[in-house]
Amino acid sequence: MRMRYDWELSICLMGFMGRVIMTNDSLHGLAAEFETDAGLMRAAEQAYALGYRKMDGYTPFPIEGLGKALGKTNRIPLLVLLAGILGGCSAYFMEWFASVISYPLNIGGRPLHSWPAFIPITFELTVLGASLTAFFCSLGLSGLPQPYHPMFNLPEFERASQDRFFLCIEAADPQFDTPRTRSFLESLDPLTVKEVAK
Amino acid sequence: MKGVREKTETIPPNEQKRTRMAPLGYPSNLLAPGQTYESVNETIGSIVLRNRQPATWWIGFVLAFGLLMLFFLAVSWLLIRGVGLWGINIPVAWGFAIVNFVWWVGIGHAGTFISAILLLMFQHWRTAINRFAEAMTLFAVACAGLMPLLHLGRPWLFYYLFPYPDTMGLWPQFRSPLVWDVFAVGTYFIVSLLFWYLGLVPDVATLRDRAKKRWQKKFYGTLALGWRNSAAHWQRQQIAYLLLAGLATPLVLSVHSVVSLDFAVVIVPGWHSTIFPPYFVAGAIYSGFAMVLNIIIPVRKVYHLESLITERYLNNMANIMFVTGLMVAYGYVIEAFMSWYSGDIFEQYMMMNRTFGPYGWVFWVLMLCNVLVPQALWSARIRRNPLTLFIVALFINIGMWVERFVIVVTSLHRDFMPSAWGMFYPTFWDWSILFGSVGLFLTLLFLFVRFFPMISMSESRELVAEPQNANAL
Repeated sequence: MRMRYDWELSICLMGFMGRVIMTNDSLHGLAAEFETDAGLMRAAEQAYALGYRKMDGYTPFPIEGLGKALGKTNRIPLLVLLAGILGGCSAYFMEWFASVISYPLNIGGRPLHSWPAFIPITFELTVLGASLTAFFCSLGLSGLPQPYHPMFNLPEFERASQDRFFLCIEAADPQFDTPRTRSFLESLDPLTVKEVAK
Repeated sequence: MKGVREKTETIPPNEQKRTRMAPLGYPSNLLAPGQTYESVNETIGSIVLRNRQPATWWIGFVLAFGLLMLFFLAVSWLLIRGVGLWGINIPVAWGFAIVNFVWWVGIGHAGTFISAILLLMFQHWRTAINRFAEAMTLFAVACAGLMPLLHLGRPWLFYYLFPYPDTMGLWPQFRSPLVWDVFAVGTYFIVSLLFWYLGLVPDVATLRDRAKKRWQKKFYGTLALGWRNSAAHWQRQQIAYLLLAGLATPLVLSVHSVVSLDFAVVIVPGWHSTIFPPYFVAGAIYSGFAMVLNIIIPVRKVYHLESLITERYLNNMANIMFVTGLMVAYGYVIEAFMSWYSGDIFEQYMMMNRTFGPYGWVFWVLMLCNVLVPQALWSARIRRNPLTLFIVALFINIGMWVERFVIVVTSLHRDFMPSAWGMFYPTFWDWSILFGSVGLFLTLLFLFVRFFPMISMSESRELVAEPQNANAL
């Protein structure tokens, strides 16, 4: 008889074992669930003020200022600018090289380096370079695509994309101490505070 | 734009419930009263996640799919027999393919206008329609891109247009507007796709989390790329989205300008004109809004989305369509004036021939569809009635196609030498490419409605959280 390997069962077992030997090594962090965006915002500000750095907020829509409150930085605008300049310069260089050096065509004695005619493609490739960079940086710097993340171990977490707001302080933070962090999170008036398995 | 949402709590609940009236006297809210996060998720998400589609969807899909089969047939026959199947000849070497190309690109432009330009201007009334309009852009540009390729004669050699290191040692002619077109339309398609997908990722993540069936979890889970709504994700997504909007805005203006240069750079009477770029861009947005309205009015009705796509959206779209329509009408006037004022005998003859020549009736159909009928939009009652608005938009869509026919065919068929004049008569295969491409467009649109959230759920949740924006005038 051939055995079929049952992925779901094995994942359940691993999760169960994970819960049995729950130590800081198997703990991703503590997640507090809030009902409103304002509640999460206040919590984020207080956690940052207390010195927590390795944490993240999870919200069903973007909240301006939350990233900043959690101390997240963003390099995308600079990268996009550089990519746009690079795209434009390389487009112009390509047109110049093709028309003047590689494949010169004398059409009624007109100048080979006819720069006004090179502008449309220069512009288009500037936009293309910048746009590709904006897109791939926004996903790539976030580590996407990412098939697995510990936050998905939390059953309630699926509401983060629907109607609930979460703050997770990660165990990797030097300030993290399970009982102390838990009592801090509970002081913020959340709906629940739960441990997130790794 | 957003700020901390303390204000949400300070607005009394009864204030949110009441439908506010604008000074003009019609409901001005962008969201029906009493919406919650869950009601928004359910209204939009259930269309995709529940199994059954309304009968209207099936009827429409079958019709569209039939037209798509016609398109495949026409394209296959074209590949076998060549462009001689079409009515094109010398002097009218650019027939329906180029007319369709300009028409489809133009339709795409409203999508970018709604999603990018209105985003930059903080117009919250884009929320319920931007996803749909972006999808429309994508499919319209796909249809548009096929047209010049099919017109090439040997479409399988289309890659000659790209600057690639070929063994022949050749380069494309970078001074030619036709090569600019390749870059402009190609860039436009890629940027529209990226913009659409970047906005879609959080929504497919919502669908992943709401899905009950296994294939749905897998399908949306894969497309969501592991998106987990974290503040860091949102921060990057938002800034990239805003940058893409800023990049798409000049891009959309450049695309139709470049398309118009295909004509304006040539010395053919009726084409050689400096007004072409702005006049084409206005026409593009005009026809694009007409197409959005033609699609969104039935969709809103069939899927009962009146609580999200409120009357305010329809009215605002009608306003923009009307204003761009007046710009286009101004373009017609200036074209006629300039042909007289130029003192050029060929230009003057072109205008006489266009209005009273063999294709004169087409010109008057254009005037009827694009200038006369839209004047009905002065009336607020017509703008706010979905049925009348739908009919006016239909006229405009036909009118804009006819406009491109007038520009392409009547200018070409009689240029300078009477001995080189000719006539163009479309064949069955011309029409089948046109209606077939409509089938391609509609098939993609029906599949989009079936498998993806047609309204942005995350942005709708934002509106729920900020009733002051939802009801701003």
